[in-house]
Amino acid sequence: MSETVASVSALIVKTLLANPKVPRDINGSSKIVEDLAFDSLAVMNFVMEIEDTLDVSVPLDRLADIRTIDDLAACIVSLKQAS
Amino acid sequence: MSIFSKYEGLASALASVTAGGGRNPFDVVIEKPISSTVGLIEGRETLLFGTNNYLGLSQSPAAINAAVEAAKAYGVGTTGSRIANGTQGLHRQLEERLSAFFRRRHCMVFSTGYQANLGTISALAGKDDYLLLDADSHASIYDGSRLGHAQVIRFRHNDADDLHKRLRRLEGTPGSKLVVVEGIYSMMGDVVPMAEFAAVKRETGAWLLADEAHSVGVMGKHGRGVAEADGVEDDVDFVVGTFSKSLGTVGGYCVSNHAGLDLIRLCSRPYMFTASLPPEVIAATMAALTELENHPELRIRLMDNARRLHTGLQAAGLRTGPQASPVVSVILDDVAVAVAFWNRLLDLGVYVNLSLPPATPDQHPLLRTSVMATHTPAEIDRAVDIFATVAREMGISRAA
Repeated sequence: MSETVASVSALIVKTLLANPKVPRDINGSSKIVEDLAFDSLAVMNFVMEIEDTLDVSVPLDRLADIRTIDDLAACIVSLKQAS
Repeated sequence: MSIFSKYEGLASALASVTAGGGRNPFDVVIEKPISSTVGLIEGRETLLFGTNNYLGLSQSPAAINAAVEAAKAYGVGTTGSRIANGTQGLHRQLEERLSAFFRRRHCMVFSTGYQANLGTISALAGKDDYLLLDADSHASIYDGSRLGHAQVIRFRHNDADDLHKRLRRLEGTPGSKLVVVEGIYSMMGDVVPMAEFAAVKRETGAWLLADEAHSVGVMGKHGRGVAEADGVEDDVDFVVGTFSKSLGTVGGYCVSNHAGLDLIRLCSRPYMFTASLPPEVIAATMAALTELENHPELRIRLMDNARRLHTGLQAAGLRTGPQASPVVSVILDDVAVAVAFWNRLLDLGVYVNLSLPPATPDQHPLLRTSVMATHTPAEIDRAVDIFATVAREMGISRAA
């Protein structure tokens, strides 16, 4: 079954909530840097976890345009479709 | 609004580091080196355990004499870039010396090690190519990836299987795949499993670049680095390195058997648009290379010293990196504790590097030490004793 932005976004939120330091009230609109207080390294390491779950690689330059969890989900879905 | 407003977070982070009345760790001045292992800091003789001067060659009499003679013969600068008026006979000589040392046909010399990574990586991996970087790569590698236009993918640190997985995802995708690893990683001192990466490279047809900045002069029978030590030099397409570690001067290089490397001279911006190395640095580097080649016992002493420090710090109840190498880091949990520990070490006469997240793996602050062949056993034992004293004072020793 192919992933949708909504399903990937839900998976990202679930993965994030496994980290006790992440605020409990996050959703697809949450901003990854501002709302989650992730620095650049934390963002890259977190994306690596999602990559493994979904068997996709997200090039670093794509991260520059990503602000929210939904942005990341949309990016991953487009990469999956392209492959 | 000030142009510096965006750095308010940085300013407050720095203020918190110095809040307890401690020093600014990024502003320590070594007033004068007294030897390769002792420097004058705050007017006191201080043991140097954070200089990356692995073989002590920054103070080599042969290198110093060579620099003096070269300055007298050639002057002190080139006032030009390599592709304009900045290539002199000495630059060619140095490139030939490095080619011979590494047994590779081609060599390019850069003005710093940072620029060597920047200039090599940005030029090799073009717009339609893929760069695969170890997650713990040095800043110069990440910056090189940003200067070029390749797609950049990270793989898990020192994990050849993870690289393989990511290369598999790229199967059938047009463009060259350039994998970048380091010989010894500069924060934790851990060594790359080069043979495992070489196997992945052979299987997938990727290109392999090894940054041996911290491992040349340190590892391998002839000091050519981890690729030599692991017997896989033929699988490494490009070796990048620096003169500012085991050779004790400044500058960087890339060596390769691929003739295409010479084309990079015409498109690598960090090579083309900066002044070339001055004559005295080149002469000192060549003299230091001779020392490195003629004194293999320095490498043996260096690794003996590394094991002595690594074992000593562990016996003192401190948590260190996984293996004894010339970089030995003490891993702490809390930034404030690391700052206080580092200040106290300097009070008691030991200089190490304070490394703070996000520049460190896993968000842990580090007290990063580097060992030299020229450290005496007594100097190492003294440093370990001071580490143990501070750990006890701060109640963080894990020892019984």
